[in-house]
Amino acid sequence: MISMKINGISRQFHGDPNMPLLWYVRDELGLTGSKFGCGMALCGACTMHVDGAAVRSCVTPVAVAEGKEVTTIEGLDANGNHPVQRAWRAHNVPQCGYCQSGQIMSAAALLNANPDPSDDEIISGMAGNICRCGTYQRIFAAVRTAAQEV
Amino acid sequence: MARVQNISRRDFLKQSGATGALVLGAAVVPGSMVAAVRAQGVGMSVQPNLFVAIAGDGVVTITCSRSEMGQGVRTGIPMILADELEADWHRVSIWQAPGDETKYDPAGKDGQNTDGSRSTRHHLDVMRELGAAGRYVLEQAAAKKWGVDASEVYAKHHRLYHSASGRSFDFGEVVDAAADIAVPTGEVAPKLKDPSQWKYIGRDMPGVDNYDMSTGGANYGADATIPGMKIAVVARAPVYRGKVKSFDATEALAVQGVEQVVEIPALPDDAPAEFHAMGGVAVVGTNTWSVLEGRRKLVIEWDDGPNVGHDSGTYDDQLREAARTGGHVIRDRGNVDEAFAAADKVTEAEYFVPYFIHTPMEPPAALVDANVRPVRVITSTQSPNETRQYVAASLGLEKTDIECQVTLLGGGFGRKSKPDFACEAAILSKMVGAPVRVQWTREDEIRNGYYHSASAHRMKAGMDANGRVTAWHHTGAWPSLIGLWAPQVKTGHAIEYGLGLIDTPYNEVPNLRIENGEADVMIRVGWYRSVNNIQHAFAMNCFANELAEAAGRDPVDYLLELIGDADVMDLKDDGVPEHWNYGDSIDDWPIMPKRLSNALRTVAAKSGYGKSLPKGHGLGLAVHRSFHSYVATAVHVVVHDDGSFRVPQVDVAIDCGRYVNPEGVRKQIEGASIYGHTVAHSGKITTSKGAVVQSNFHDYPVTRMSNAPLDIRVHIVEDFVHLRPCGVGEPGVPPYAPALVNAIHNATGKRIRSLPIGDQLKSA
Ligand code: FES
Ligand code: FES
Repeated sequence: MISMKINGISRQFHGDPNMPLLWYVRDELGLTGSKFGCGMALCGACTMHVDGAAVRSCVTPVAVAEGKEVTTIEGLDANGNHPVQRAWRAHNVPQCGYCQSGQIMSAAALLNANPDPSDDEIISGMAGNICRCGTYQRIFAAVRTAAQEV
Repeated sequence: MARVQNISRRDFLKQSGATGALVLGAAVVPGSMVAAVRAQGVGMSVQPNLFVAIAGDGVVTITCSRSEMGQGVRTGIPMILADELEADWHRVSIWQAPGDETKYDPAGKDGQNTDGSRSTRHHLDVMRELGAAGRYVLEQAAAKKWGVDASEVYAKHHRLYHSASGRSFDFGEVVDAAADIAVPTGEVAPKLKDPSQWKYIGRDMPGVDNYDMSTGGANYGADATIPGMKIAVVARAPVYRGKVKSFDATEALAVQGVEQVVEIPALPDDAPAEFHAMGGVAVVGTNTWSVLEGRRKLVIEWDDGPNVGHDSGTYDDQLREAARTGGHVIRDRGNVDEAFAAADKVTEAEYFVPYFIHTPMEPPAALVDANVRPVRVITSTQSPNETRQYVAASLGLEKTDIECQVTLLGGGFGRKSKPDFACEAAILSKMVGAPVRVQWTREDEIRNGYYHSASAHRMKAGMDANGRVTAWHHTGAWPSLIGLWAPQVKTGHAIEYGLGLIDTPYNEVPNLRIENGEADVMIRVGWYRSVNNIQHAFAMNCFANELAEAAGRDPVDYLLELIGDADVMDLKDDGVPEHWNYGDSIDDWPIMPKRLSNALRTVAAKSGYGKSLPKGHGLGLAVHRSFHSYVATAVHVVVHDDGSFRVPQVDVAIDCGRYVNPEGVRKQIEGASIYGHTVAHSGKITTSKGAVVQSNFHDYPVTRMSNAPLDIRVHIVEDFVHLRPCGVGEPGVPPYAPALVNAIHNATGKRIRSLPIGDQLKSA
């Protein structure tokens, strides 16, 4: 059995400890905000926080979260008003929206670790997240905006 | 014009719980049907489309009958109706229509198929009519309540006013009096606003789904659930039209959570692929991880079938050869042979553009319960009615037995207009007796997709002593997407010719021949954002740039001289009696060289073209008409000594005629430029022994923030806004790659004639 907190709620997982966190959270807990895009840590759509750090949940076994705090996009802010989320809306970032949960979780973790990132640090911090709709320049601007608030 | 009806009291509304509201629908009857009915002299009864409902609390619900895949349609189309209605946008909610073209296709043009960049151009008029009809009914209702003449009442921002008495009502307050008010049609139909009175159309509007999309609340096909649902993944043949010979599921079945392993029968050899399920071995279970693990443990022996010889190394050469050979002349102006014989200088070049795959961020996913009637399909589809059609065929049922609910789409790009994945879910649901959601992985999407057609182009031009082009000969060869229906097809189809080839815009060239060579279809070829326009724009813009160099001229001036400033280019003059014009009338959307030149001049000015640049920098321009829009792109590139490059700035001028949401236009052009950047830089699918070689984003790299242009400036051309709306979702893609390649030439003197650019600058 693996015990962890997900968005502040204690959870016990009894299945295969190799199951990636993404599938536990999506299929068993029904939290579908975290998305599947590649399954190989190549696109960032599945990004969650484990003890505040961004992880690619598609390749992170549930076992890794033992005793830890997991945050998904649903738990980032109770009202969906984290500075990054507000900046995303202010810059009208989303197109199809599918990558945006992961983008926002990556940006939030980036600003958590580095509240005043340089342009290059934003780019390298966000380079693991693909957006096929091509919203990069708005994401870049939104991260800058959010950085002024955190 | 649509026949707008007040249907508040219709029986079917009671079933849908929409009573107590004002509901308007648009009855659209195809012209041919009207004629047939008139000829028989009988009356006509039509089930109206449901398009706007106004409830007692004043909330206006607008139907979105188009699929949202990031192009902003759930914002743009409802904006039109809300504007004419005089609704307050903040009190509008959007309802996503399921697939039913008899109810939700108010323009009667494309059966809800969201494809071809046509939503706005096909819906501007009808949405305006619906909004105006709603405003009319509300004004009449208020007048009735006040006992005054309706001419004294006007609607403004969700309220109705009686100027003489100073009284006013909220929209919701008159709904009870609105149910019996008929909407007049014809001459006396409700008047549309003058465009100067528009408050939303033409103004920036943020996306209606932004909150959901920034909080994890947006739901896609992959997020759909039905109680009792199973999850499935499918192992598919690596080679197109290959089949399962035998398989062993012992180990797969031992995986915890795997419940069944079943075979989806292969499509019969004589059945064209179309959008059917192709067959394979499905692992069905309780969760995604288990079925993925199970699939890894399957042992399958495949019969590779007839396309095992499809190998990029040889196939690409065959395409190049076919482009040298030609054979099918599709447009012939003047006499190119004589012009070449008389030319002072003849220049030739060959271009190549490989297969691409869509890679929408959300891989295909569909949930089907085939064990209920109607069959329930919930999926991220661009085309819910074709989904119903093909699911019905998969199950041996009628289309009317299938209902299709449309979720948000995590990107579409043409992939999700092909519902093979919903067919798989339907077949499996029937086989296992439970609802089944089929999840495609990225590897599935890349290896078993519908590929953008690879193509080769042989370009030849002759010029006179002054460097003026006197002859232009373009021969293209590619496997046709019509192969999905006619597997033996060798030549392109009128649709592919119409995608930026037959309408080659070099109207000032006196002798011009466009030709098509033959190619075998050995893979599922499908459409991809902007389709064949990509390679046509690439070949012609790059070649025009080469000719400018050969003539010792400025490339932009030269291109402008090729295009000219004629009002209209009529292909009838070149012996083409009829050609495919994006499915629309050529009278309504003619080919207008002056708009192309105008877009090019605009972007030249905005990008600072002509200024001298530091060493290693280059500016390149390209221009292309597609989906009736005219787009010119200027790419500024910096090429480093090691052959790597970055793009610090992109300027794009788009003339899309009338537009609804300029913010939406900008976003589409920003995104199309990034999409084009992948095409130019890294997009490439190859095959070996018939199988696709690439599998995920490590070997099919797409543009990331680290190599993306982050300063894309969109300039919407304002001169032509009085014209009809044109496409926006796709036309930004084609000019990007040639603009970048021309910029690289400007920076380095090196010509790239084969996409993607990849490492070509590094080996130099
Ligand atoms: S799904 Fe996890 S990184 Fe792509
Ligand atoms: S918004 Fe569609 S993939 Fe990023």
